[in-house]
Amino acid sequence: MDNLQSLTYFAPEWGLIATVVVVLLVDLIRNRRDDRQVGTWFVAGLIVTALLLLGNTPDHTLSLFRDAVAWDPFSHFFKEIVLLSSLFVAVVVLNSRELDGYPLGEFYMLLGIMILGMFWMVTSIDLLMAYLAIEIVSLTSFVLAGYLKRSRRSNESALKYVIYGAFSSGLMLFGFSYLFGLTGTTKFHAVAAALRNLDPSAYGAVVVASILILAGFGYKISAVPFHFWTPDVYEGAPTAVTAYLSVAPKAAGFALIIRFFHDVLAVPTGEGLAWSSIGNLPWPQLLAILSVVTMTLGNLVALRQTSVKRMLAYSSIAHAGYMLMALPVLSQDGVFAILLYLVMYLLMNLGAFFVVIVVENRIASEQFEDYRGLGWKMPYLGVLMTLFMFSLTGLPPTAGFIGKFYLFAAVIKAGSAYYWLALVGVINSVISLYYYLRVVKMMYLKGDPQETLEGAGRFYRSVLTLLALPTLLLGLYWAPVAEWVRQSLLLFKP
Amino acid sequence: MQTHILSWLIWLPVAGIVAMMFVPRERKDIIKVIAAVATGLQTWVAVILLLNYDSSLGTFQFLEKMDWIPAFHIHYSLGVDGLSLPMVLLTPLLSFLAVFVSWNIDRATKGYFALFLLLDTGMIGVFLALDFFLFYVFWEVMLLPMYFLIGMWGGPQREYAAIKFFLYTLVGSVLMLVAMLALYFTCGQTFDFITLSQTAPEQLQGVTWWGLSAIRVIWVLLFIGFAIKVPIFPLHTWLPLAHVEAPTAISVILAGILLKMGLYGMLRINYGFLPEAVWWFAGTLAVLGLINVIWGALCALAQKDLKKLVAYSSINHMGYALLGMAAVVAAGAMQGENVQAAQAGLAGAVFQMFNHGTISAMLFILVGVVYDRAHHREIEGFGGLAKPMPIYAGVTMVAFFAGLGLPGMSGFVSEFLSFVGAFPVFKVIVILSTLGILLNAAYFLRAYLKIFFGPLNEKYATIPEINGRELFTVVPLAVITIGLGVFPHLFLNLVKNTIDVVITQVVQLGNLF
Repeated sequence: MDNLQSLTYFAPEWGLIATVVVVLLVDLIRNRRDDRQVGTWFVAGLIVTALLLLGNTPDHTLSLFRDAVAWDPFSHFFKEIVLLSSLFVAVVVLNSRELDGYPLGEFYMLLGIMILGMFWMVTSIDLLMAYLAIEIVSLTSFVLAGYLKRSRRSNESALKYVIYGAFSSGLMLFGFSYLFGLTGTTKFHAVAAALRNLDPSAYGAVVVASILILAGFGYKISAVPFHFWTPDVYEGAPTAVTAYLSVAPKAAGFALIIRFFHDVLAVPTGEGLAWSSIGNLPWPQLLAILSVVTMTLGNLVALRQTSVKRMLAYSSIAHAGYMLMALPVLSQDGVFAILLYLVMYLLMNLGAFFVVIVVENRIASEQFEDYRGLGWKMPYLGVLMTLFMFSLTGLPPTAGFIGKFYLFAAVIKAGSAYYWLALVGVINSVISLYYYLRVVKMMYLKGDPQETLEGAGRFYRSVLTLLALPTLLLGLYWAPVAEWVRQSLLLFKP
Repeated sequence: MQTHILSWLIWLPVAGIVAMMFVPRERKDIIKVIAAVATGLQTWVAVILLLNYDSSLGTFQFLEKMDWIPAFHIHYSLGVDGLSLPMVLLTPLLSFLAVFVSWNIDRATKGYFALFLLLDTGMIGVFLALDFFLFYVFWEVMLLPMYFLIGMWGGPQREYAAIKFFLYTLVGSVLMLVAMLALYFTCGQTFDFITLSQTAPEQLQGVTWWGLSAIRVIWVLLFIGFAIKVPIFPLHTWLPLAHVEAPTAISVILAGILLKMGLYGMLRINYGFLPEAVWWFAGTLAVLGLINVIWGALCALAQKDLKKLVAYSSINHMGYALLGMAAVVAAGAMQGENVQAAQAGLAGAVFQMFNHGTISAMLFILVGVVYDRAHHREIEGFGGLAKPMPIYAGVTMVAFFAGLGLPGMSGFVSEFLSFVGAFPVFKVIVILSTLGILLNAAYFLRAYLKIFFGPLNEKYATIPEINGRELFTVVPLAVITIGLGVFPHLFLNLVKNTIDVVITQVVQLGNLF
């Protein structure tokens, strides 16, 4: 489809661009004493974007802008995920004291651009477009991570982020150049067609290229060994940003990984999303190993953390590992499980981070030690945090269990060749129990039941309830979400 | 006819939790009454169930089935048969009594009883579920309240005990999860217990994974999961710790019901779905039973702490049940089709599950009674208590004699049946196991002598006698123990037909060679 026609399918992106422009203008003319004005406009813009997005629901698949981006239910799902988490974070930032004294206009503007970048990340079907999208997201997140410019830790985190980001995107670009060199095109499907006819003697180059490209993708979803930035950035960045980074870019990264491996390095083998690797190249095995290493390392290091925020950073690495587990089986069920898990993960992970924000606002600390007796001091918050922790562990009846259940089911369905992967996965769940329970232990088993502290406040209570209710209810009845995900399993094919 | 009686059993405690939410946390009296009413009603419903249960059938009764997640063939499906019925009766009864045992809980009373009721729902759900997924959810739901109940209201080492319990059990349950999914995908995508018990034995025939028989792989995964719960040596180390650190009422529940879940799971799932592996594993099971018997007894003999002694005696008692379960192979062609032995063994195992539930509950309650007064449990630290506490001494004698398997008490019957059943097949093992009975008598009698006889320890000259509330929690259990000791057929008739079904399953579907 040519460029002009494509624009009509671009309504949500228009909405976002308009939001960014409006925020920029409002920031110039606003009342200097009212910091919340910009944020309100931004949230309103996001809501309009969400409406545009819902009005733009694809029932078939198209490629826009001369095969640069796809318009399909798969990307639509990820746009919804990204937008949902953005809304939560934007609303929380609006009410958080963390960014007091920093200009919020630029913050929202950058956030808007980042969302736009993620929209493109999840839709791109062109190597260059994918690269551009990743860079947009990276650049804006560097700035957001270092937004507390008077805080040394925030500055340090931004710098680390930039260095690792530059390095891994360099590797990825190098990998892309291999693919371009081998095939002479940058379009995903054209690359795939060319690879199918490739002389097997060149497969070595394809393997090297896929490893290099995995470096870039792995960085975005913070998979080991491209995860080194994660703990420091998560710890230094404003907590709201950390919460955001742990969910939205990770989801977008998974969208890109799935699409890239599905479109470029695989051939369809039947109904739905069944596929197999081109020329039996060993990248599924590579992904399986990556998954095992990621979850195991994430979990083991999380055991030793003294800061809850840092623990959650490592736990988010581990969760990336769980999700990666369902990719090597190359089945529709695998992709289904990843998407379903992302929904559950969004709820529980944002919930956990928001609790950290509330606690930070109250006692200015994120250390385990300072969570002592918190369950007694702030009863409602304690119950919700317990729920989020159990959900992250994956115990029924919570959303996290359902997510993991489908991941394991997808892996086990693939046959006995991957049973070992499922076993590693479940053992990792047990390990993770220990550190999630440490939070619960601190909150309830330590401290004195008599103490009380000022509660979370009505605003945070409602936001957290909004996250906690589905975390519990989806553990009991998840058919609607499963249906939503099932309808999103359609990727653009030429 | 759909009566939903089983749903009532499961959801009554949850209704209690909901009711509690509307009570301010200071009104501890109302909270306790709600807990008592919820579990009391549950017990009443269980009695109605018993009266309406048709013991001439061995199959599932009072079936309920509803779609839950059709896309994954998950159902809310309940039923009760002779295997689960004893536990379905015992669970509400012990929960009801345990509410009175924990009457003096003062710290965060509302949280305690809410968690307690949640635990109750999880436990009875496990015994009633006829859908593997539902079974698994209930199985896991118990962990959370148990963690808090031990961790917040327990003894000095409660945190360590709680986390150890949680981690051990979770290892078992995630292995079970893998096995459950493997069964689901190899046996026609179903979680339904009834369907699985019909299809799994055949569909798993000849399936191999990495050169190993699929049946055995799944068996081992499930067995580890259940063995942790029983617990079977060497996976038992969480038990003495958890039992000792838990508050009295929770020890009662742990010993009385949670341990039985492991055995119930094996009988229902391992025996039901993988009968072929029973033949392969029965010898190991008998040896493990023997180890449990001897190891548990020896450890109990070495204890100075009365509660630890009782905890280790649980390990010992579970060993007899394992022996009885192993006896099912007596019905096989190679063992001369000795069906009576198989029947005796399995009946002994199921009866032992129930008896240990009542006897160990009594023992733990009685330990709690003296601990509440003396604030220690050192066996050596008492002496001559029979003088200031004659009633207590009498009740404890009943409990100890039941524990050591004195004829006339229910424990004797079930241990005897287990031995009789296992003897034709595992002669040496059974002979060695009888040694356990001897050791049992040794440690129980030694403890009894040290505590109640000898010179009166002056410190406890004025120790108050067991009170009415405490007696109320023990007497029903003592009556059941003696009653079933004299009239064991009352119990055995209930389970007989289901046991025949299990034996048929194991012999016909498992012995395909």
